[in-house]
Amino acid sequence: MRRVRPGRLLLAGFAVLVCVFLQLPLLIVFPISFSSAQYLQFPPPGWSLQWYERYLNSPNWLTPTWLSLKVAMATTALSLLLGVPLAFGLTRARFWGRDAIEKLSMAPIIVPTIVLSIALYGLFANLKLIGAWYGIAIAHTLLALPFVVVVVVAGLRDFDVNQELAALGLGASRWRAVWHVTLPQIRPSLVSAAFLAFISSFDELVVAMFLGGANMTLPKKMFDNIRMEIDPTIAAISALQIVLVSALLALAARFGRGGGMPGR
Amino acid sequence: MTPADRVRRRAVGSAIVLSVPAVLLLLALFAVPLLRLLALSVEGGSLVAYQRALTNELYLRVIFETFKIAAVVTLLTLALGYPVAYVMATSGRVWQLVGIAFVLLPFWTSILVRTYAWMVMLGRNGVVNRTLIGWGVIDSPLPLLNNLAGVLIGMVHVLLPYMILPVFNAVKKVDPNLVLAAEGLGAPRWRAFLRVTLPLTMNGVAAGVTLVFTLSLGFFITPALLGGGRVVMIANLIEEQVRELLNWAFAGALSAILLALTLAAFWGISRIARTRSA
Repeated sequence: MRRVRPGRLLLAGFAVLVCVFLQLPLLIVFPISFSSAQYLQFPPPGWSLQWYERYLNSPNWLTPTWLSLKVAMATTALSLLLGVPLAFGLTRARFWGRDAIEKLSMAPIIVPTIVLSIALYGLFANLKLIGAWYGIAIAHTLLALPFVVVVVVAGLRDFDVNQELAALGLGASRWRAVWHVTLPQIRPSLVSAAFLAFISSFDELVVAMFLGGANMTLPKKMFDNIRMEIDPTIAAISALQIVLVSALLALAARFGRGGGMPGR
Repeated sequence: MTPADRVRRRAVGSAIVLSVPAVLLLLALFAVPLLRLLALSVEGGSLVAYQRALTNELYLRVIFETFKIAAVVTLLTLALGYPVAYVMATSGRVWQLVGIAFVLLPFWTSILVRTYAWMVMLGRNGVVNRTLIGWGVIDSPLPLLNNLAGVLIGMVHVLLPYMILPVFNAVKKVDPNLVLAAEGLGAPRWRAFLRVTLPLTMNGVAAGVTLVFTLSLGFFITPALLGGGRVVMIANLIEEQVRELLNWAFAGALSAILLALTLAAFWGISRIARTRSA
């Protein structure tokens, strides 16, 4: 029998405490969202679904929600359409300028979002694109692209190119070989990439704040609301968001690569 | 030209074609707007905006405060995150998965959701103060919201996973036999850790420190909401300059400074890490 050392026990206790700290906000949001009180109170005096009803019956909240969903789906599609070919380009051949392209595609995560936001704000204001939903989606695509490239490049590096060559040797066109052999094999990476792109857009505040104009995304609406008053409707929306993300995370873990962990 | 050359040339050709759409987007909507913004900061060939940012005491304090907050947050996440990553990586498979789930769940929760929850918890009458008073730890409520303490708590919470995940991967890669060998040769456990495990995990630490520090420099949401207007970081200053004052030259100069700090930190930390591991 292995004896558990006191030092290890202390360390494990510390780790548990930090994990509790990490879960605290999630633990607090659910009870508040079911509160029967008329204002924010914790612990809640009783239970009700009033905050969920208020959210689901309010166009002020639903319109931003639909806008965010639309933008996030467009971002996912666009970043995959651009990022997957780029990942192929980066992994399949060595050519002059390849390293520069790889660095360029990673740059949007290094540059602080506020800097990118105001840079695009200046440009989009000249182009009269402020307030256009596709303007936000295009900007979010820049932010999602690095995630897509990292995950798909990792997938392609693990993939044995000989399988694709075999398909080519058996007479398949290049397009058919990629579509029927390569893409199905790297599906976990594609699922993770889609998940990352969707979430990064759905949660994004700063870019959407500048480019959205009067059209508010859900994060912008939440930000404004939190600034004005701490209203429990936010708790209901938060709880729904946590459930949505957990469901997506479970799906990504089931069909994705590395449990949706970034960079893996 | 041999057939192999022809195949290679075709591969290069199609690789370039596949890269073109994304590269065009990155050039048109990332590189060009960024350069345009930086150009605005030196409009008319004058460095007045930079002079203002770097000599006015008020703005210097914001820059210094941003740097200080980033450094403190990095140290706190390292002190809290390393032990967690270590315990997770040296536990059995089941506990590892449980740990990862506990780290990823908040990681994937919207920053706004988490910040909202902290505002509820940290107020004078919030859960944290009432619990501490209830336990008799403190007599009167601690000021935890609308000040530096609130911003630090919120930022550490957001950034902890960025420290834990790379360190976890690094500790997992350490061969346990090396530690056993050190102990077999008579090293006490703590020395085996200091001389074997810690040096071998420095790459993960460097990755975590780089991520947390550079991300901290650009933070906007947490100081805006948990700082209550009393904690202003560079990002908040930039936002104010653009949205309220439309002062593009000054916002451009501040952006250039923030960008320079971020790149310097990125480059500096990776350089230190490389000389350490060499």
